[in-house]
Amino acid sequence: MDPIREGEGPADAVRQAVDQVYRADSRRVLATLIRLLGDFDRAEEAMHEAFTAAVEQWQREGIPGNPRAWLVSTGRFKAIDALRRRARFDASLADIAAAYETITEPVEWDDQGVDDDRLRLIFTCCHPALTPDAQLALTLREVCGLTTEEIAHAFLTGPSTVAQRIVRAKAKIRDARIPYQVPSRTDLPGRLDVVLHVIYLVFNEGYSASSGASLTRHDLSGEAIRLGRLLVELLPEPEAMGLLALMLLHESRRTARSTSDGEIVLLDEQDRSLWNGALITEGTVLVERALSSRRFGPYALQAAIAAVHAEAQRAADTDWPQIVELYNLLVRIDPSPVIQLNRAAAVAMRDGPAAGLELIDALLATGDLDDYHLAHSARADLCRRLGRTADAKASYERALKLARQEPERRFLARRLRELTEVTE
Amino acid sequence: MKYLCLIYDDEKKLATMSKDEGDAFMGEYFAFTEGIKQSGHYLGGNALKPVGTATTIRSRAGKVSTTDGPFAETKEQLGGYYLIEARDLNDALQVAAKIPSARTGSVEVRPIEEFS
Repeated sequence: MDPIREGEGPADAVRQAVDQVYRADSRRVLATLIRLLGDFDRAEEAMHEAFTAAVEQWQREGIPGNPRAWLVSTGRFKAIDALRRRARFDASLADIAAAYETITEPVEWDDQGVDDDRLRLIFTCCHPALTPDAQLALTLREVCGLTTEEIAHAFLTGPSTVAQRIVRAKAKIRDARIPYQVPSRTDLPGRLDVVLHVIYLVFNEGYSASSGASLTRHDLSGEAIRLGRLLVELLPEPEAMGLLALMLLHESRRTARSTSDGEIVLLDEQDRSLWNGALITEGTVLVERALSSRRFGPYALQAAIAAVHAEAQRAADTDWPQIVELYNLLVRIDPSPVIQLNRAAAVAMRDGPAAGLELIDALLATGDLDDYHLAHSARADLCRRLGRTADAKASYERALKLARQEPERRFLARRLRELTEVTE
Repeated sequence: MKYLCLIYDDEKKLATMSKDEGDAFMGEYFAFTEGIKQSGHYLGGNALKPVGTATTIRSRAGKVSTTDGPFAETKEQLGGYYLIEARDLNDALQVAAKIPSARTGSVEVRPIEEFS
């Protein structure tokens, strides 16, 4: 039992202990209750009742040796009680209550069992039979414990929209019988991709947000990193490590990538002393672990590229030949136009703007990147460096027409202005 | 739990197959059906005649209207179905993924509502 601090009554101490267990362990308790009760809503209700009971009972009887096991067990009995009460109106619930009574819980609570439940929860929330929106909302709600209002705020939608998505997703899990399990070894790679994609979307929502709402959206990046850490802890697959590394390395540059008034600062102009060294170290170690597995994929490669950037003390020290090599590998796995565009930009840094421009013009000729503002701004930048001012202007203008986010638009407009001043 | 696997395929594409191609495709279906009978998933299944044979009927305010064709025009048509018994959705999806038309068209997997 926690020592009771002076000046506080035992009631306060117990309440604090319950709060602490809630923050640290409520998701674990929920994950196990969902497995035992086979139903998200019943598990949530049971968990809340268990925590309410804890405040009262722990004051009388002291804090149990294993609060988590106590909460799961109490939650199960609360669920049985609730079903029995309602069974007076719906007889079919009595059968479920009887089934719950026969559940045997392990006497010893091993961490492995708990970890399995948390993985089950992640994979179920990110089941491919749910819509991407629902996967996001359900993961943030159930795995991260965010409230519906917090999720709505972060994604700039209404709470009722988010609530509806979660209700529909839970109904599909129940009605189509999406199982509460970690996928089999054969299904794992494909299913893990969905989980990684959900985490990456959460991160990007937080990372690429405009300055206005940046405070709450920054929390989303933090949430994604927490999810990434949890996944690596539970399932240390190379791509899970790669994604976590990628997020950490991007996050390490957060303060350097915009000015205090929200203007974009490009990588080569950033004040590298603002980069977060601890995040860079953690990310770099993870990249190395992922790459040495030889089973790495696109996330680990993108993280490796970010790590090469992070290594350079000054922009001029960047090891562009190595970055181009990494892009060559990445293009082989994922030959998407956006990856090829990034490769072209790296080639421009290694071999000069003319070489990069040739690649970008070839890419633009396919038409796949017509509506992608970064393709036009990349082209503009290379033309600018080659002194082809008219071409640069045309491409900046095109990029400006396509760009949506305010800081990006201001950045492009600034570049365009600079060009005009040079020519005048 | 029972699931209905609705098989959608492009009839025109199937009609333009050579005899050998068509035989090979049917052979795959026979092998698939045999496989899910062995595994205990199979409850029933049928191929349907082409969508040109379909008739849609509606009854509104006591008046019955009958029209040619399916409910909606789509690129892929409902061409057949399997009724299967599966442990859960993952089990059902694993079965459905092996239906030959999952490769050429698409398969919709729907849980059967059981009224007790």
